[in-house]
Amino acid sequence: MQRKIRVLVGKPGLDGHDRGAKTVASVLRDHGMEVIYSGLHKTPAAIAEIALQEDVDVVGLSILSGAHMELFPRVREELRARGMGHVLLVGGGIIPGDDIARLEEGGFAKLFGPGTHTDEIARFIREEMEKRWAKERADV
Amino acid sequence: MSTSTQGARAVTAADSAAAWRAAMEQAKLRDVEFTTLSGAELQPLYGPEDSGLDPERDLGYPGQFPFTRGVHASMYRGRLWTMRQFAGFGSARETNERFKFLLDHGQTGLSVAFDFPTLMGRDGDDPLAKGEVGQAGVAVSSLRDMQTLMAGIPMDEVSTSMTINGPAPILLAFYIACAASQGVDPKLVRGTVQNDILKEYQAQHAWLVPPEPALRMITDVMAYCAERVPQWNTISISGYHIREAGSTAAQELAFTLINGTEYVRRGIAAGLAVDAFAPRLSFFFDSHLDFFEEIAKFRAARRIWARKMRDEFGATDPRSWMCRFHTQTAGVSLTAQQPENNIVRTAFEALAAVLGGTQSLHTNSMDETLSLPTEKAVKIALRTQQMIAEEIEVAHVADPLAGSYFVEAQTTRLEREALRYFEEVEKRGGVVPCIESGYFQREIHGSAVRYQRAIERGTKKIVGVNCYREDDGAGPPIEIHRIDPKSEKEACSGLAELRRKRDSRAAQRELDAVRDACRAGGNLLERFVAAAHADCTLGEIAEVLRQEFGEFKEPRIL
Repeated sequence: MQRKIRVLVGKPGLDGHDRGAKTVASVLRDHGMEVIYSGLHKTPAAIAEIALQEDVDVVGLSILSGAHMELFPRVREELRARGMGHVLLVGGGIIPGDDIARLEEGGFAKLFGPGTHTDEIARFIREEMEKRWAKERADV
Repeated sequence: MSTSTQGARAVTAADSAAAWRAAMEQAKLRDVEFTTLSGAELQPLYGPEDSGLDPERDLGYPGQFPFTRGVHASMYRGRLWTMRQFAGFGSARETNERFKFLLDHGQTGLSVAFDFPTLMGRDGDDPLAKGEVGQAGVAVSSLRDMQTLMAGIPMDEVSTSMTINGPAPILLAFYIACAASQGVDPKLVRGTVQNDILKEYQAQHAWLVPPEPALRMITDVMAYCAERVPQWNTISISGYHIREAGSTAAQELAFTLINGTEYVRRGIAAGLAVDAFAPRLSFFFDSHLDFFEEIAKFRAARRIWARKMRDEFGATDPRSWMCRFHTQTAGVSLTAQQPENNIVRTAFEALAAVLGGTQSLHTNSMDETLSLPTEKAVKIALRTQQMIAEEIEVAHVADPLAGSYFVEAQTTRLEREALRYFEEVEKRGGVVPCIESGYFQREIHGSAVRYQRAIERGTKKIVGVNCYREDDGAGPPIEIHRIDPKSEKEACSGLAELRRKRDSRAAQRELDAVRDACRAGGNLLERFVAAAHADCTLGEIAEVLRQEFGEFKEPRIL
């Protein structure tokens, strides 16, 4: 039986734009994943806490406020502080190209920009998780 | 073609219709969905029988009930729409410079975009604001910041629109206090505060306190302004954010006007005469890519509002019947791919707004899917409006598409769909219960997901995204506007200085007075103006409200 991927879709900061986050959450659910949505206006610590409580495999962050360079790395640190540094970390929103490159060097597996096909997001997550699980099985 | 055109018998209309139907049955059609952007089915042709129109009852004349043809008799022959570009970033000082730039280039009104901390009632030095100060708008945390924002701009001449909702009455208090400090009589101050909290819970999500106390503050604003700031538009009832969150055109129209009627009910329940506050209500709509559907939406909005106000609320002042509105082109229609194409999309949308009879207009800049706009991009957006006004001769005739079988049929369809939502919301207990149960939020989310699927299946096309793509690996070739990180430091040091220099006992006294008014009643806007003069900050005043009224808990819809 195929293992279900558990995803937290998180909205860090004060930004209320949640159309993208909720659309992606619905689509990932249609792709057979278990999806938890954080709700709005969450601090990085609150998002990491939900990730820990729900024991997710993936955290996907969405932001349109321009504060990604402050808030995205803080979510990563809060996850590490809770022993959740292993989760697959992805994100999306209004993020200039240079910042995407810096975030992808700094622990984010991938940033998805406007116009991304949602199947591409689902496929990326599934492939990455299957690679990880294959590695886990090989390590055992 | 039909052979009946030969010989003695004249061609009848029935013959022509039959011939056309036969031709349509044989025609080979393109393999696409013939629907509006919102998914409504379209006929290949519209005729007089499709509009359901009684011209006398449903159209009338511009400036007359039911205002389908526009709110002014002379429309743009009298005065063009106000070209009002929404702007704000970084510190109050930086935004003040952008405002002066826009006024120098022919803009005729100001429109302030605040950053997320301000929208959520947080000062720039609040720990929750870190990284967000000045990012998506300007940070205004005090009367001092408002004075910097408006420095050198005559507040009795320029009209200002402020997009803020949860803490709207506090920012309005800063503005009124700022005008007083410029020596301007509040009776001469003109502008609009968005102050539309209902759509915040439904779509935009920048709230401060739960619906009931928020609605009380709104009626306080209506009452205060009716008497003391009579030229101020006390609410801009906004469909824009509902549409941008994913709704259809009909949902945008319906939910906006439903919210409008809720504010009217609340004003009346607070003891105000409907004609004392209704003329100061204004609206704000999106102009999306479906050219005719959008024009029809604007026309339907005016007709529905006029009938509701006259026939249901008994308003007798014609100004209470008028749905005056601002329009912004659709941010969601912009693409990160081939961003220069956004100039053209925006031009189509702006033209629809003008043909729909808007009172003011914001045109988006081509680079807004990448960052806040650069000066160059903003200038092109403003020039787009100026071309519509000056070059293409469309502003000479009121409601030019009236009588188009198609546009009239769309107007009637949207009106009917909107009225069905009025009934549905009523059946579900009204606006606030529908917010608390997540009804609006679920409706909007459902439409957003359907739209996304239509794009991904390719049944709705977006140039550069799902057709006519170019290899976009290289990233955008255009310049990006970056926010100076010094803005946040500037905001924090300004606040530290303010707290050090002000009379802290006077400030505390005013905060206590706000608390008393929360508990005992009394006009809160009046208290906020006094608190603004005493240099209380936005965050301090908002904190009192959060303590007294609690916070809104978002219903779970996913």
